[in-house]
Amino acid sequence: MTVEVWTYILVGITFAAYLYIGYLNRVRDTGGFYVAGRGVPAIFNGAAVGADWMSAASFISMAGLISFMGYDGTVYLMGWTGGYVLLALLLAPYLRKYGKYTIPDFVGDRYYSTTARIVAAIAAIFVSLTYVAGQMRGVGIVFSRFLNVNITVGVIIGMAIVSFFAVLGGMKGITWTQVAQYTVLIVAYLIPAVAIAWVLTGNPIPQLSFTFSDIVDRLNQIQTDLGFTEYTMPFSAKPMIDVFCITMALMAGTAGLPHILVRFYTVPSVRSARYSAAWALLFIALLYTTAPALAAFARYNLIDSLNGKTIEEVHQLKWVQSWETTGLLGFEDKNGDGKLELSPDPAKSEMKIDRDIIVLSTPEVARLAPWVVGLVAAGGLAAALSTAAGLLLVISSSIAHDIYARLINPEASEARRLLVGRVMIFLAVVVAGIFGIYPPGFVAQVVAFAFGFAAASFFPVILLGIFDSRTNRAGAIWGMVVGLGFTAFYIIGNKYFGMPTFLWGISAEGIGTVGMVLNLVVTFVVSRLTAPPPLEIRKMVEEVRVPRGAGAAVEH
Amino acid sequence: MEGEKRPNGLHGYWRANKTLIAVLLVIWALVSHVFAIFLARPLYGVHVGHLPMSFWWAQQGSMIVFVILIFVYAIVMDRLDEKYDVHEDRPPRGKRPGGGAK
Repeated sequence: MTVEVWTYILVGITFAAYLYIGYLNRVRDTGGFYVAGRGVPAIFNGAAVGADWMSAASFISMAGLISFMGYDGTVYLMGWTGGYVLLALLLAPYLRKYGKYTIPDFVGDRYYSTTARIVAAIAAIFVSLTYVAGQMRGVGIVFSRFLNVNITVGVIIGMAIVSFFAVLGGMKGITWTQVAQYTVLIVAYLIPAVAIAWVLTGNPIPQLSFTFSDIVDRLNQIQTDLGFTEYTMPFSAKPMIDVFCITMALMAGTAGLPHILVRFYTVPSVRSARYSAAWALLFIALLYTTAPALAAFARYNLIDSLNGKTIEEVHQLKWVQSWETTGLLGFEDKNGDGKLELSPDPAKSEMKIDRDIIVLSTPEVARLAPWVVGLVAAGGLAAALSTAAGLLLVISSSIAHDIYARLINPEASEARRLLVGRVMIFLAVVVAGIFGIYPPGFVAQVVAFAFGFAAASFFPVILLGIFDSRTNRAGAIWGMVVGLGFTAFYIIGNKYFGMPTFLWGISAEGIGTVGMVLNLVVTFVVSRLTAPPPLEIRKMVEEVRVPRGAGAAVEH
Repeated sequence: MEGEKRPNGLHGYWRANKTLIAVLLVIWALVSHVFAIFLARPLYGVHVGHLPMSFWWAQQGSMIVFVILIFVYAIVMDRLDEKYDVHEDRPPRGKRPGGGAK
């Protein structure tokens, strides 16, 4: 059977499974719709967090990105995993004890302020919407590359699938499909990685062959021979301070992203919130420790199989043929000697390559069976759809719960709230789909900034809300204004108005770290200069710190 | 755990929790920010397997330690919850011989 037939079969089977699971988990009340009835066991919530977290970008682009950045690719590896330590130790258990539906709920209650609730809801919508646009685009791209379907059609198919299980099942439907999607995506990621590790080093476990075989030595050797710096050399892409700041901003941003935080409302107890964070990171690390190995293997294989060959020889490679037609891979014999030469100097290098190829072409490069290629397509779709679903729920709950049910119509009946939730999630799917079909140019940049904004707003506000009972409304509001204001000023100034990165050369991607520190300092100082929060708020903080009674919080 | 009064118990519980968090976060910062970033150059000459040690921390070791840290936190907190009698899963009946609550 051909690659295309296999792809149709595997994508078809997985999609049918998601629809079936979504149908089984349809819900009838808002508790089920927003927090899956708080009945998700820790290990499954961990898998759902993993799927929620690992997006089309993690699955398709990250290994390629690392492959081109070398050592400095660690900003993504450590940044997007280290945040879970902050989340698990500093936020998740207490949010579960507090036990309502959304993050704006917590911010609004803890700071006894409707303004804070609205600001938090808008920030949650903004972060999630920019993020989800990229996911829908990812669905379209996978469809177009593997199945020769028009991107628009691909996006519409994705929208139909997501809206089915999200509208029917809300958080419950999303959670259980995410568990299935995690399984699909991790299997699809590991099989090609294991195969290429086996082919190149004779050791099938990517993490071990990366560390203990001489593959990276050989890669460093070829790189130096060609005039590149060593693959493992630190700070060849970015200076040290920037690597630190970007890593830190991604860590704090990860811990402050609403679609991840709300997942911890869905478990039955504080204890299971702690364990599900641990499972989540274990599941995520399975992919994240494989990615750098894959990055190095693919880079070695690419240079080794192409450099110095004649252009004709290169064109006889089957995977080169198939990727050249997509326009993502191209060769040009610039010096006219008939041979392919790679060079760190873009003016001399005779190959043009899109970094997404690193993951997408691995099965073909490693000469794996056609069904593996189909599996990778199914995995990429699982990654994109699961992340999209989690984000869509946050958008829907911010509007339907935080704004509609809490502010506009507090008298609304349960049935009406549920209906508004369903309608909102459907509208969110449509908006995300439109962004996916007509991607606004700023989306790629904005996704990176979502982390900076989350680091400079949600993370400090929730952290101090739990650990410092003296933090009050004035402190939190000023902290957010200063933190967000500074971060936005620096990013917008630098990206759109050519402002130099005047703060020790920290890039726009890393400035969230400074914004976070500013927020923490301002919140702390202003809180101490103004009246302490009311007694019931301090009681609430005391309550949140102790696990006992979390079951009761279900009844809110 | 016999003689502890409730308010004191809660105070002690929170302090023990904060100490544990501080210890784990020091390790967290050490394996990521310190070993993989600030000491990237000095540790480059040392090796783990075939990889420079700082590179190994940056692309493998730190993530493995992160996972361990969260499991350790969850497990130690189980014990603290029991010790200070603030755990969930069973009705708050005061004293009952310690051991597997489930």
